[in-house]
Amino acid sequence: MTAPIKDYLKQSKGFHSAKWSEPVVMEMTGTGRRGVVFEDAPAPALPGKAARKTAPALPEVTEHDALRHYLHLSQMCLGMMGVSLFGTCTMKYNPRIGERATLEHLKNLHPLQEAETLQGVLELYDNFSDFLCEVSGMDQFVFQAGGGADAAYTHACVTRAYHASRGELQQRDQIITTIQTHPCSPATANTAGFEVITLSLEENGYPSIDQLKSVVGPRTAALMVNNPDDMGIYNPDIKEWVRIVHEAGGLCFYDHANFNGVMSRLRARELGFDACMYMLHKTFGAPKGGGGPAVGAYGCAEHLVPFLPAPVVVKEGDSYKLDEDRPQSIGRVREFWGNAPQVMKAYAWARAMGAEGLREAADISVLSNNYMDWRLGQAKGVRRSNPGIDAPRMEMTRHSVEQVTADTGCTVFEISNRMTDFGIDALWLSHEPWLVAEPFTPEAGELWSKEDIDYWIDVLEHVIGEAYADAELVKTAPHNGPIKALTSALDDPAVWATTWRAYERKHLKKMAAE
Amino acid sequence: MARLGLVINPVAGLGGAMARKGSDEPDIAARARAEGRAPLAPLRADRALTAFRQACTAEVLAGPQVPEGTRPVGPGDLTQTAEDTHAAVAAMQGEVDLILFAGGDGTARDICAANDGGIPILGIPCGVKMHSGVFARSPERAGQLAAGFLNDARRRTEMVEILDLDEAARRAGRLSARLYTVARTPLDGQGARQNPKAGNTDMVGEVDAALAAYVAGMREDTVYVLGPGATMMALKDRLGGGSLLGVDLAEGGLITARDLDETALMTRMVGRPVRIVLTVVGGQGFVLGRGNQQISARVLRAAGLPPIDVICGPDKLAALTPSELTIDTGDPGLDAELAGYWPVMTGPGRKQVMRVVA
Repeated sequence: MTAPIKDYLKQSKGFHSAKWSEPVVMEMTGTGRRGVVFEDAPAPALPGKAARKTAPALPEVTEHDALRHYLHLSQMCLGMMGVSLFGTCTMKYNPRIGERATLEHLKNLHPLQEAETLQGVLELYDNFSDFLCEVSGMDQFVFQAGGGADAAYTHACVTRAYHASRGELQQRDQIITTIQTHPCSPATANTAGFEVITLSLEENGYPSIDQLKSVVGPRTAALMVNNPDDMGIYNPDIKEWVRIVHEAGGLCFYDHANFNGVMSRLRARELGFDACMYMLHKTFGAPKGGGGPAVGAYGCAEHLVPFLPAPVVVKEGDSYKLDEDRPQSIGRVREFWGNAPQVMKAYAWARAMGAEGLREAADISVLSNNYMDWRLGQAKGVRRSNPGIDAPRMEMTRHSVEQVTADTGCTVFEISNRMTDFGIDALWLSHEPWLVAEPFTPEAGELWSKEDIDYWIDVLEHVIGEAYADAELVKTAPHNGPIKALTSALDDPAVWATTWRAYERKHLKKMAAE
Repeated sequence: MARLGLVINPVAGLGGAMARKGSDEPDIAARARAEGRAPLAPLRADRALTAFRQACTAEVLAGPQVPEGTRPVGPGDLTQTAEDTHAAVAAMQGEVDLILFAGGDGTARDICAANDGGIPILGIPCGVKMHSGVFARSPERAGQLAAGFLNDARRRTEMVEILDLDEAARRAGRLSARLYTVARTPLDGQGARQNPKAGNTDMVGEVDAALAAYVAGMREDTVYVLGPGATMMALKDRLGGGSLLGVDLAEGGLITARDLDETALMTRMVGRPVRIVLTVVGGQGFVLGRGNQQISARVLRAAGLPPIDVICGPDKLAALTPSELTIDTGDPGLDAELAGYWPVMTGPGRKQVMRVVA
């Protein structure tokens, strides 16, 4: 848990980002300045038309200029460093030792080396598979998928291969999911060629067994679900669901994106699921964000192991090898063995936490969310999703500021923008489909302290108060950021420019005037 | 002591099965009598009143029609026009705490015009057009909601829109709702009232690929009964073009009849495999019984309860509160038989299961 920010809202004027009058780097050209000058660099010998007639327009800056320029830019756009209860993403501290470990142990390796020279990293893969098998009850994990959606796609492909191996693929052409399951499940099922049957929520916050039964049958290939979904309500009938789908001959996949609240409290396999997925870049302490490297760790029970993407790390005697000879494998879903540095960081995190640590983290994340939920319940104009349902919420819940929007005209986007003026990172709103109006979905996880959560909610309440007193202040936010919210510029192709060349073309007059 | 006002428009709903898009034409009652059609509203009002009395003992003042056990209000000599409704509502001012009425959008407009005191109103669904926010989803729910409202000392209400469609325009194939006024209606947390967001944009674009797939899968030997609405219009366009607000037939990949009434539907379906294709009324969640009364209980039974395919954009389904579809064929037995879970085609390779209730 983080250290408290004491009376931050009372004692300071809030946050203010750096704001440099920084030119575009192309405007720093024509000065004759240079970084490194290579005295004896040879002129390249190019065939006639390949050689350019005029020198390229490059910025002319010293090495120091370049460093200062990009440092200023980074100061103006650095996010995710305030209080970030960024829901569905399970924000965790990423221990810096993980960066050090990957640099030290992976940077000199190449996945095409002979396996006997890769024994350390292969052992790590095998150990981590064992660790996650213990957590989930599955029999084998693979780390090839480059994210949660890729792991869901892996499952859709495994489902296809499994039914094909039994001669039932033509008949089993439907995958069942629920409306609040992450949209990657229906999307990847469609991509793999299945028809998607989506179940709707009912009074308890999840679909009824009768609804499931109305669609399960000889065409059922698989069930793909989150549990709990982003509303944080756990489906207590899940074991019966799995039984019903199994009875009809379908497979069951547990998208464990929201695993944080139930770590070490339940095993997917013990609920009957055939396969599950964890996100190492969320739940298991490896970095996330920026669309960068991610890992969807996909685990399955014995009967699906032959279909896993190859290669699979296997132990033979005292040594490890990469098993490529898997005739029933679905093939690759990602190059080599996935994002190995992420696997190493997550492994380091998991080993440091241990079984006790996982359980404590799960409990704290549920406790934090319920505290947050209780406080948000007292905030003016804030309403919880499924307001009529008093079922306990686990590690996160979706809320709505629909009332505030109705009363003041300020949308959740504008409220989120205004919150950044207080050092709060932009809110996570909702997954598709947007069933909740003006939604936001905070998740505290085990990282954020009670004081941070209080500060976050204090700011939300403060901004809602501003919306009622002075809506314009909220609508025109941010006020303490490096720039104002963009309004029309991005709607007009004649104005926007994403490259310097486009800027020159579209804004000739303006440039001439300068 | 709380009192309930009850206003029954006996003419309401007559135009539905006659494919007249409403019952506002002055001679509709005479024409219905000539066709041997009995008024529907009094029967539906009785259903609501029965449900009301199971939960509430309040006195009921009624006019111009006076069901058994109610106290007459307003003038005794009737003109058989909207004037009767006006007079009854005027006489109820200061006398009742809620006006429960049996009718449709036209009746709602008439009541609001005479409701000078702003008494909360609640509709028993009996009309052809029910786009206003005041209608319960069934007569029973209307009775229960009225009882709950009068039993609760807080008498919580909310403002809703009173909409109506121009019937002449609707018969000509143009769907344009007009906002007439707003009214107070009992606050309903359980979704007993119809969702008032009528006129939602049909997500034709979203479901276009689903429609293409549907057309590709249509069978030569089957008669397709295509309901009204913008989504259905897009389907009809793919089959040579049909009517926006009517019930059309498609055979062999082409529209073969447009804007049929109940009788014509019965004739054309005889002895053939039939599929009914419908969409959802935006914001209301109705698939049967609103705007498509021609596909009546009689028609459905005569066709041997044929399969019903529902095509609707996911956004329209997401806007439904509660998340369910409603049917009201006028035959509670058939409604119960059809209720359950229906898969709705929402896109290519996508279906969403919706609970269907009466």
